[in-house]
Amino acid sequence: MQHYLARQRYLIDYTVASLLRHRSKNLGLLLVYTLVVFMLASVMLFTHSLRQEAEQLLSAAPEIVLQRLLAGRQELVPASYLEQMGRIRGVSERHGRLWGYYYDPVVRANYTVLVPRDRPLAADEIVVGAGLARSRGLGHGDFLSLRASDGRPVAFRVADTLAADSELISADLILMAEASFRDLFAIPAGYYTDLALSVRNPREVRTVAEKLTLALPDTRPILRSEILRTYATLFSWRQGIVLVLLAGALLAFVIFAWDKASGLSAEERREIGILKAVGWETADVIGMKFWEGALISLGAFLLGYLLAYLHVFYLDAGLFEPVLKGWAVLYPSFHPVPFIDGLQVATLFFFTVFPYTVATIIPIWRAATTDPDAVMR
Amino acid sequence: MRHSDRVLALLAGGLLLLAASGLDAGLRRQAAVAELRQQRATVQALELTDLCLFTEARYTRHLSQADLHTPFQDHPLAFDHFPSGSLVSPPLRRE
Repeated sequence: MQHYLARQRYLIDYTVASLLRHRSKNLGLLLVYTLVVFMLASVMLFTHSLRQEAEQLLSAAPEIVLQRLLAGRQELVPASYLEQMGRIRGVSERHGRLWGYYYDPVVRANYTVLVPRDRPLAADEIVVGAGLARSRGLGHGDFLSLRASDGRPVAFRVADTLAADSELISADLILMAEASFRDLFAIPAGYYTDLALSVRNPREVRTVAEKLTLALPDTRPILRSEILRTYATLFSWRQGIVLVLLAGALLAFVIFAWDKASGLSAEERREIGILKAVGWETADVIGMKFWEGALISLGAFLLGYLLAYLHVFYLDAGLFEPVLKGWAVLYPSFHPVPFIDGLQVATLFFFTVFPYTVATIIPIWRAATTDPDAVMR
Repeated sequence: MRHSDRVLALLAGGLLLLAASGLDAGLRRQAAVAELRQQRATVQALELTDLCLFTEARYTRHLSQADLHTPFQDHPLAFDHFPSGSLVSPPLRRE
């Protein structure tokens, strides 16, 4: 064992010396490799953390949201639907929700305006999300003027701002009283944006949804489980930009592997020939090349992953901000919570370290098994 | 110092940092429990259904409440013209 370890150390000594002889080429390789791992690991850590956070937060969303559809578009729901749906067993609570969007031409941002049920507000008062307060420079006691649907300006006093650490769910919110909301958007009394239902037994939710569709055929129930599923597939690897990134990284690996596997340079062949001529065995040559592949790929993995961890959880994934922001003016400032999936990290390790190491060994094995005299000639 | 000692020390340092990142993640998760609980209470109180990730378009601001056809509402062959539309998939509903 002692002998084996000493042998491996000598092989590493030789490998590192050999890598240092082509310092700039190998450093460049390590840098590109690290960048590929960094990019993949950053996407992986960020999206997993966001999905986990969404699952934890949205598990408190309403169990059923009932929307009314008219000619394929969402319409206001008459309050009479609450009675029309009849007494459905298992439904413990039902009420209308009032919410909508407001486009602010001053900062060219969309706000979500919402009427809270458990927070009484005066007619001229609003509570704003921290993102909105930041972009409009609003503080407690300041006034925000909104244009009503008939064109008249309505001034609201900011009574409070929502907690800054809840920006992921509330950055663009404006909370206001029901009367003000109806006045601003000219929504007649007796109409709601949609209905929210609570179901006592979670196993009955589907049955309740089916009964609702039968009782009110022009409605569409959206279950909490569907909301959670929508967010569970957020940034899944099969879609959009994540697929583009993954395809880019895969292509980079294919180029690496192809470059390595397509053959050795004449210089490398000569080196192997000399090594064999001075007494190295085939196993030693392969061992040396194994260390070369393993040191570069393992180094790139460790560096790339650690940098990605710092980027996502200490720098709040700053490099992704322009991508996520798109054309939006309001972007929540949030700190991803480090939920890490061990299996994902293991998969990343396997797919970054293993193919490169194997691709380094195979052509060497072919060269190392031939006669040193033939290789040098 | 031998090359091998230097490289193995670097790798060991990297592995140690990897383990430390796992530990750090655990500690940060624990520290975030109260904050997450607070946010969950806000979701429950305000009956929120979505994360405020993309505010540029209605169908990405409230992803779970949107119609499947909303990104293409201008005309049947219109492309989805908001960048965030390329980041998210349509809401998943029952068949």
